[in-house]
Amino acid sequence: MPEKLRMRFSKTGRAIWLSHLDLMRTMQRAFLRAGYPLKYSEGFNPHAQISILLPLSVGCASECELMDFQLTEDADLAALPARLSAVLPEGIVVHEAYEAGTKAKYLKWLRVTGRYEYDARDGAAMAARLAEFYARPAIVITRKTKRGEGEMDLVPAIRALRAEAGERRVTVDAVISAQEPTLNPDHLVAALRQRAPDLAPDFAAFTRREVYLENGEVFR
Amino acid sequence: MDRRLERILPRVQKPARYVGGEYNQIIKDKAEVNLRMAFCFPDIYEIGMSNIGMRILYHTINRMPGVWCERVFAPWGDMDAELRAAGIPLYALESGDPVSEFDALGFSIGYEMAYPAVLNMLDLAGIPLRSADRPELVPLVFAGGTSCCNPEPMAPFFDLMVVGEGEEVDCELLELFRAARDAGWEKARFLRAAARIPGVYVPSLYTPEYHEDGTLRALTPRGGAPARVTKRIIEDLDACEYPTAPIVPSTEIVHDRVNVELFRGCIRGCRFCQAGYVYRPVRPRKPETIIRQGVESLQNTGYQEATLLSLSSSDYRPLAQVCDGLLDYCEPRSISLSLPSLRADNFSMEIMSRLQKVRKGGLTFAPEAGTQRLRDAINKNVREEDLLHSCRVAFEGGWNGVKLYFMLGLPTETDEDVLGIAELANRVLHTWREYASNKKRGVRITVSTSCFVPKPHSPFQWEAQVTMEEYQRRVQLLRDNMKAKNVTYNWHDPDTSFIEAALSRGDRRVADVIETVFRTGGALEAWSDYFSFERWMNAFAASGLDPAFYACRERGKDEALPWDVIDMGVTRAHLWHEREQAYRAELSPDCRRQCTGCGALALLPKGGRCDA
Repeated sequence: MPEKLRMRFSKTGRAIWLSHLDLMRTMQRAFLRAGYPLKYSEGFNPHAQISILLPLSVGCASECELMDFQLTEDADLAALPARLSAVLPEGIVVHEAYEAGTKAKYLKWLRVTGRYEYDARDGAAMAARLAEFYARPAIVITRKTKRGEGEMDLVPAIRALRAEAGERRVTVDAVISAQEPTLNPDHLVAALRQRAPDLAPDFAAFTRREVYLENGEVFR
Repeated sequence: MDRRLERILPRVQKPARYVGGEYNQIIKDKAEVNLRMAFCFPDIYEIGMSNIGMRILYHTINRMPGVWCERVFAPWGDMDAELRAAGIPLYALESGDPVSEFDALGFSIGYEMAYPAVLNMLDLAGIPLRSADRPELVPLVFAGGTSCCNPEPMAPFFDLMVVGEGEEVDCELLELFRAARDAGWEKARFLRAAARIPGVYVPSLYTPEYHEDGTLRALTPRGGAPARVTKRIIEDLDACEYPTAPIVPSTEIVHDRVNVELFRGCIRGCRFCQAGYVYRPVRPRKPETIIRQGVESLQNTGYQEATLLSLSSSDYRPLAQVCDGLLDYCEPRSISLSLPSLRADNFSMEIMSRLQKVRKGGLTFAPEAGTQRLRDAINKNVREEDLLHSCRVAFEGGWNGVKLYFMLGLPTETDEDVLGIAELANRVLHTWREYASNKKRGVRITVSTSCFVPKPHSPFQWEAQVTMEEYQRRVQLLRDNMKAKNVTYNWHDPDTSFIEAALSRGDRRVADVIETVFRTGGALEAWSDYFSFERWMNAFAASGLDPAFYACRERGKDEALPWDVIDMGVTRAHLWHEREQAYRAELSPDCRRQCTGCGALALLPKGGRCDA
């Protein structure tokens, strides 16, 4: 069995409320239930050798989560998605498992869609204004970092963005920088609150759709 | 999911506890269900999901054809406020449907401080609090759990209360309820019929009257209700369903592991211990049943930890056999096995060293009292030499921390007994100095005291609780005499114990106090984050009641007690005898050595012996 394996899974519905730590615990137990023995670290407090490439924030859905793992013995990788999905909580589905080729650090871009809800405003008008806003030459926001408050210009971290009108809602489809710098999709909404409060939606929720390499090819 | 819910969840702490969807949750097709029950636990998810009684009954009730039982927990304060602000009614986790749409709500109440949370949950569901204000049969609001052994403080809120173990009686009750609902019975007719099911107490069929001094004169039944309601028990635990595919919470709960039940009841008869009396008679599971249930549960959950539950695990004769059987499965898979509720004796230490092969953290012992005289008075049959020997074995084996639990305010306690706690702690420290295998790491000895709460159906049910001032004086006395380095002393505040004492031996009038506490903002009163002593005192005053009347008053031998209407199996004469033994500081034999005729064996029609 190759050292490093990777699987792609989605986290939608009720499962979006699980935290990263909850998910790690859930995965370890699910592997045991499915009969795939994860490799554990040595030592007094052994922990499973698993890592999720881009930890997802609570409340955000995803169709493209990637997790690296190792098994202690040869196993049927083709059967893994179905067997694991059958023993996972509602909303978590494994789509494929394969030998991990590309290192995590090459994951560069992330496509997300945001559902911006405007309870009392017209979707079409808002879509146009949002497109205009995100096309500004610079959008500097203050955000909390590990070292306190910091400033960040979102524009270099947005590769593409479309705003599509719906009824009392706008769907924002954006390709944003996943790493170096990390643009959290919530920053797209925070930018509105800070820079154009009248464009801020009454509610927004995001879904991760796909991850890419620097050159724009799909990352696996 | 409710779109409104989606908007508030990002704002609350730990939203995963409010959404359900966990592995092994039970989902049924609503079209094929004709009775929907909300199993309500009046505390937060992390506590409720750790409760083994709830786990058992959830699966038992869901095995009934046509019945779908879902879970409902109390929200934490932030979620409570968000639900109210958004106008979202309390909902069940599996379906997300409002609780008010359910046919029956069953509350599991294990501790008195949860009472206001019950009312808050009813209110969040939009259901009137009092049974009398719910004229229709549906929804039925009932309760079960240990606190129902004194049903009176919560009596006005419930249509009925179930006494004892629920596996059988809950199903009988729900069948009757379904038939009554389908036949269009009025609520009063159903309640009269329900009162004939053994183990069911229908508060509205009993009328309390009081003497001028405030004590109970009588609790008079009518409408064919029995004079006393006898608790229900499961006679044969091996034949009884036990869930081996329990829900695996997606987020961390308090007891996040596989639980396997060894036996029910306790052979010991510690006189302060309500559980030791109300769970009688002793009924063990067979070791092979326990091993099978443990292995199945581990396979079905993927948990890496299992624990064996009972009131006193080392009293289970085949314990070593069960441990070995489970270790055969656990060890190759790095699954850890833990054993709470061990006695401080040789046998336990041997078992402990078998289980804890890797990590050696702290050990916890509960001597309960500081001197042998007082330990004899409470029938806590642990001798100082046993305790010190256990500590010696532990220190030699590499453990470097011991926690010692005591109660202050036990009946007959003197200052000498209080100071005995400090002396005992010193002797434990001395044992460490003499025998520790590794002194470099130092030692941590923690002494904790709480204020004793006399409980119904225990031999101390007639006792006065010491006043809060007296408890504080004893704490101070202990503080002044607990000077050793390495010994930490923690004491619990007595205000919660005082309120708990007033509630646990309260009568029906106390219901007004509980409602007032809820109406003035009380909900999760079992949590120090929310408990407000002032709110309770104000509520007692507003209801014209004195909490000290319930907590700190010694009852007369022949006084009618509000919980006399409930028969937990042990006779009142036996409890009184045990109380007298306590005042003579005389031990009573454990049930294994000699039956003392408490009366609980009468609950087993085929007879039996109390041994585990």
